[in-house]
Amino acid sequence: MTSPANHWREALAQGRFLLQRAGDGSAVFPPRLTAPGSGTDDLEWIEASGLGTVYTLSWVQRRPPAEPYNVVLIDLDEGARLMSRVEGMTPETLRIGQRVSAFIDSSGEEPLLLFRALED
Amino acid sequence: MGDIFPRGRTAIAGLATFGVGETPGYSSMELTAKAALLAVEDAGLTLPEVDALFICQPDDFFAGLSFAEYLGLQPRYTDNNRTGGSAFMSHMASAALMLDAGYIDCALIAYGSNQRSNGGKLATKITHNAWDAPYAPLFPLTSYALAAARHMHEFGTTREDLAAVALAARAWASTNPEAFARGPLTMEDCLCARMISTPISVRDCCLVTDGAAAIVMTRTDRARDLPAAPVPLLGAAAATWWNSVAQSKDVTVTAAKESGARAMAMAGVAPSDIQTAQLYDAFTINTVLFLEDLGFCPKGEGGRFVSSGAIAPGGSLPVNTNGGGLSCCHPGMYGLFAVIEAARQIRGVAANQLPGIDLALAHGNGGTLSSQATVILGSMATI
Repeated sequence: MTSPANHWREALAQGRFLLQRAGDGSAVFPPRLTAPGSGTDDLEWIEASGLGTVYTLSWVQRRPPAEPYNVVLIDLDEGARLMSRVEGMTPETLRIGQRVSAFIDSSGEEPLLLFRALED
Repeated sequence: MGDIFPRGRTAIAGLATFGVGETPGYSSMELTAKAALLAVEDAGLTLPEVDALFICQPDDFFAGLSFAEYLGLQPRYTDNNRTGGSAFMSHMASAALMLDAGYIDCALIAYGSNQRSNGGKLATKITHNAWDAPYAPLFPLTSYALAAARHMHEFGTTREDLAAVALAARAWASTNPEAFARGPLTMEDCLCARMISTPISVRDCCLVTDGAAAIVMTRTDRARDLPAAPVPLLGAAAATWWNSVAQSKDVTVTAAKESGARAMAMAGVAPSDIQTAQLYDAFTINTVLFLEDLGFCPKGEGGRFVSSGAIAPGGSLPVNTNGGGLSCCHPGMYGLFAVIEAARQIRGVAANQLPGIDLALAHGNGGTLSSQATVILGSMATI
């Protein structure tokens, strides 16, 4: 049996953003062995569209000259919610309801799922 | 199936706080033990009569074992449940059921922390899960900020509304000698305060203090014969809907909606019957959310409710009459202090005593709006 969490991370390292889908069609994140709530094991892996909407956001302040950074909750179009960051935005431009698209940042030690704003 | 609860058959027989504010030189366990001994004395009992311990410490995952060892007790039952600051309300639910069943005879529930004197930071080893941590949310503050931002977006709640919570807390604290922050605080102070994680500023955050608290619970028929006025427990319920806010279905609705409704159903009371509410205010948004979720005002109206002055001295629903975690004390986990203020109001011995209190609610919050637990306390006239 493969660890679902490890399977997800290995996929991310290969440039793929995966989600799980339960038997009732709902999307599941973080990856699990069983469908949350029902406990059934009929989860299947799907490729996430990467599209989503900012559900809520906070700008964490830092001692100047360091810039504040954002922490967001993203509602993925598939239905799951996750924490992330939207790159290339300022406190003036980032809004709840902003449409975003996922990308994988491979510049750090571990690949990281981030988002950028979609053009309207 | 509904909840079955021994309404009024168990009671708080003794209570105490110790070292609230700044108590340099004491360990967390020393503060806790002192509060515990004071609570046992307040109940008119002796330490050997305690046969069950309930505790949750910020810095000791084996606190139940350490506490038994420190007191030199060999309890029949030791409960180390850690659901954050709500743990103590959960302890009360467990203790009530065990007392009523005759499994234990005298429960001691305690908490203490020296976090202010010992570094001045929240003393916890708990942090965000592996999925959230890479995005560096401040623990636990940013999670509350995410809830506050969404509440503002959906319901038009303002920073002024959140500040109204802090100002009400300070107004209560200003006449409570035990409160740590009693100095003046203005709306401008709140709005100009240093931002930490938008929309939460320093003035939206609870204090960092030392302090310990303890209560003793027995069956009410025994408590009747003890020196202090018993404070019967009419209902107690805990609910968990998530750990990370990223897993919330709606981050503006907490499990307090469930714990409050269940506890009030056990007690046979409605929100309009509650004369004072002690709500775990780790951040100003907590008070707004819990007022809504516990049914004191409609969802989304919490900001306008607090800005109307309803929760401040002279308001229609006195909330956090000791000054709360925002202005009285917050030694890492506040839940038991909320219980004690509710019990003091019923006993008639609170610093800001309200007239004729027969029904009080205490609500605990744990984690990042994750665990919610509510207790309903009454006077002997309510049973």
